[in-house]
Amino acid sequence: MRRFLLLLMLASLAASAADVEKGRAAFVKHGCYQCHGFVGQGGVGKTLAPNPLPYEAFSVFVRNTSGAMPPYRKAILSDEDLADIHAYLSSLPKPPDYKTIPLLRGD
Amino acid sequence: MAKSGRRRFLTGAVAAGALAPALAKAQAPGERKPSAVPPNGKVAAAESEVPAALAESRIKGVPGSDFMVDVIKTLDIKYLPANCASSYRGLHESLIDYGGNRTPEFLSCMHEESAVGMAHGYFKIAGRPLLTLCHGTVGLQHASMAIYNAYCDQVPVIVMGGNDLDAAHRPPGVPTIHSAQDINSLVRDFTKWDDTPVSLQHFAQSFVRAYKVAMTPPYGPVMISLDAGLQQEPIRTHNGEKLYIPRYVPTAPPQGDSGAVKEAARLLAAAERPVIVADRAARTPNGMKLLVQLAELLQAPVVDQFGRLNFPRTHYLSAPPAAIPRGDVILGLELTDFWGTVNSFTDNGEEGIGVNSTKIKPGTRLISIGALEVPARANYQNFQRFQTVDVSIAGDAEATLPALIEALRSAIPDARKSTIAKRGEAARKAHAEAQARTRQAAALAWDASPISTARLSMEVYHAVKDLDWSLVACDNISNWPHRLWPMKESHHFIGRSGGYGVGYSAPGSVGAALANRDLGRFSVSIQSDGDLMYAPGVLWTAARHKIPLLAVMHNNRGWHQELMHVQRMASFRNRVVNCGADMGPVGTSIQNPDIEYHKLAESMGWWAKGPIKDPKDLGPALKEAVAVVKSGQPALLNTWTQPR
Repeated sequence: MRRFLLLLMLASLAASAADVEKGRAAFVKHGCYQCHGFVGQGGVGKTLAPNPLPYEAFSVFVRNTSGAMPPYRKAILSDEDLADIHAYLSSLPKPPDYKTIPLLRGD
Repeated sequence: MAKSGRRRFLTGAVAAGALAPALAKAQAPGERKPSAVPPNGKVAAAESEVPAALAESRIKGVPGSDFMVDVIKTLDIKYLPANCASSYRGLHESLIDYGGNRTPEFLSCMHEESAVGMAHGYFKIAGRPLLTLCHGTVGLQHASMAIYNAYCDQVPVIVMGGNDLDAAHRPPGVPTIHSAQDINSLVRDFTKWDDTPVSLQHFAQSFVRAYKVAMTPPYGPVMISLDAGLQQEPIRTHNGEKLYIPRYVPTAPPQGDSGAVKEAARLLAAAERPVIVADRAARTPNGMKLLVQLAELLQAPVVDQFGRLNFPRTHYLSAPPAAIPRGDVILGLELTDFWGTVNSFTDNGEEGIGVNSTKIKPGTRLISIGALEVPARANYQNFQRFQTVDVSIAGDAEATLPALIEALRSAIPDARKSTIAKRGEAARKAHAEAQARTRQAAALAWDASPISTARLSMEVYHAVKDLDWSLVACDNISNWPHRLWPMKESHHFIGRSGGYGVGYSAPGSVGAALANRDLGRFSVSIQSDGDLMYAPGVLWTAARHKIPLLAVMHNNRGWHQELMHVQRMASFRNRVVNCGADMGPVGTSIQNPDIEYHKLAESMGWWAKGPIKDPKDLGPALKEAVAVVKSGQPALLNTWTQPR
């Protein structure tokens, strides 16, 4: 439990210094876009944005997932890059209400 | 043996060991007539006299391939997409000169895989098979991937491969390299039937039988080896035999056993939460109507796996795969993969493999109706994992549905009818809510560049919605058209390749567009980049034969499935994947340079535009392209898209 709390604390520190532009580049460089789309809209993988998981939960998931998505450990994705990616996802705006888009409203 | 005598030798070999002479005798004039079409004037004359023009020709008689054309014409095959080859030159010449290049009309193809793919797509709109010809060895090897797709997708295609069996008389050199003892062995594992006729009468029987076998559900491709000598040498008859053409009579599709159907009805009538899953159940538009009747009788959700469009997407009982785990009785109709329907496999690299788990609750009863219930071939594994079911019915689902519906009407007691009706009320509400959620999900990345696959789908739909449209290919765009377009008729979506052999969608869509052209219908495809590049010459065939098709590229600049696989392998192994100078792992990207698909299409006679990267530019470009296609030409838009 202590180890987990420490991980969360470190994760919070990393997130606070994150950079959106670097995060956009890291999102592509590390292949996140492949399953989640360039703006995290989802596809084969889940929707990540807007409103990504809080950084702590996001970080724990990315590092330890045992599902179809492979875990991305520090050897292949640094804490800094991970925090930047989260910052990028957090910066993405909410989509418009579909009822405001004529093609989706069915006009 | 003299050259002139070699065919006589082959014919004699058949006469000695097979039924041909006996049949000829049994079908002599004056006796009870068989189901046979009499020979036309030319062939009849050939038995007693040779037309003057042909008598003066070097072959001194009516070529055997003229009779083959007579046989082929009885089956009213409209087109013959093929890449030309010397091994069928005799039949080729007869088709275009003696046969007038009508029924079938020869369509020039750049690749045998394209020809078979076109026949594949054509059938799924027209419901009638096409014939294709290929060079027996090298051409058939080119064709083989497309034949496998047709086999997996249960689509009839009649393939004939030219071959020169007579090693003593065939031309040496290349024609001999291109000959084989048994060309059909190349594709025997994934064709329904094949034959190597050694006489013209044998050919007539083989061709009609091949058509009949291909067109009996479960449909599938068939193969005939076409001997060069048989095509080229003059018609000869022996011992008073009369050449005849067997009449084709369609075979009624196999129907499920009545006792098993009643048991299935009993289980479904008693179910609290029945679920219907369909893959290739609706072979015809009537299949969809029957499935609607069945679903409404039970008020059961229908999960469509899109081998065909089995069920209207607009119907309130149309449901997503998430409905399957909720079922207590699951009816699978023509499922390719029943195991995968009720189980899941998480490809998570656990010890380098993955994890299996069930999707359904203990005690869930499973019913299967399908013509492929008993696999016919062992080598290729298209029959998927073995799944035990409670009621297993070997029979064509569409043909069995009327009996199942009737049995169900008797099996549902009046007391249960109000309970069943309540299921329908809940389904209506769930369907409306799901539609709203899907539309909101489509709004994500709406203005993104490259263009989101949801935006692409809706822009395309908006451009064609007022036409009698048919989506003839659509791969790897998160099923947005299936989720958002009001697909409610069979031709609104025709399924995919079947065997997942990449390279199907381009020729398949051209073939389907050919059939739609003849019906006055508008064809649109969402064309993957990697798929197009397997054999892009089919673009030329479409332009050459004036086949109108709107192809909108899903140009994500990669073989994206493989791109994800390699990325995941690297991450499972805790390694940074090597992308070189590309966005995806080395060997999986289609960039540096980017392919200018619009220029490629233009070079082959298409109207084309691109690259289109900003979603705002897509609507106006589509408007132009639709006008071009309505005028009878093919048009392509090179659109840069999000990965999926």
